[in-house]
Amino acid sequence: MTRPRLAPPDTGVTRSGGTGTIRLIRWAAPLLAAFWLLLSGHIDPLFVTFGVISVVLACVLAHRAGLSLEKGPTLGLVLRLPRYLLWLVKEVLVSAVTVTRQVWSPRPNLDPVVACTPSRGLSPLTQVVYANSITLTPGTLSLDLDDEHIEVHALDSAGVEDLGDGRVLRQVHRLEARR
Amino acid sequence: MILLEILSAVLLAAGTLFIVSGAVGLLRFPDFYTRIHATGITDSAGAGLILLGLLLRTTTWEAGVRLLIILLFLVVTGPTATHLLAHAARRDGVPVWRKGHPRR
Repeated sequence: MTRPRLAPPDTGVTRSGGTGTIRLIRWAAPLLAAFWLLLSGHIDPLFVTFGVISVVLACVLAHRAGLSLEKGPTLGLVLRLPRYLLWLVKEVLVSAVTVTRQVWSPRPNLDPVVACTPSRGLSPLTQVVYANSITLTPGTLSLDLDDEHIEVHALDSAGVEDLGDGRVLRQVHRLEARR
Repeated sequence: MILLEILSAVLLAAGTLFIVSGAVGLLRFPDFYTRIHATGITDSAGAGLILLGLLLRTTTWEAGVRLLIILLFLVVTGPTATHLLAHAARRDGVPVWRKGHPRR
């Protein structure tokens, strides 16, 4: 059994980032605070204290992870995301029905395969979107990724072939187009 | 309004069916990786449909916004956690079950 080893992806992220991270935090902190208020709806001292602690913790983690605004989502991507998600919901439901049929069939006809599917030319962010979409779709599962491939485990060879014909990849490319 | 209730009930029932299927698949499928596929139905289709069904029953906009945010969080965190589990198993050399092998 061959087990292709993929090199760790070059995400271009530097450890504990510098000015980019500070700029990200300046944007994110008020957003996170508003998010907390929206979700909790309480303004008494105890809950506001919890909120402040959470926001600071999130910012510290973002700094440690070296996140920066340049690597984050663009406005165009956020605007195109709903259309992509709607398409993804349809895909998820169709393949969920397929896997559910396998689950309930008296003799499940499973023939798992591990294969690499190309993901060339995607930015780190859209590569994550692609890998997560693969995992979110029942029947396929992303195991590992490098700059040019995603290693996929599928319940049958049809799952990998579907990815290979590039239908999903085209939708992901459309997501990052015209940036 | 009655139409919304019926639609919501259909979504909730379908979501429940997917969640039960995920659990049954978890027991029936032969190895770690195929079982992760089964729980994937619970994660994505099951939870998604139930949240959508609940969304149709909300009476206040706050509850609706919260449900939408939960839905978005699930879409991001679910597959990420699943990927990390599978990645760790792969790195530790958990063997992949092939057709014809005895189940583990």
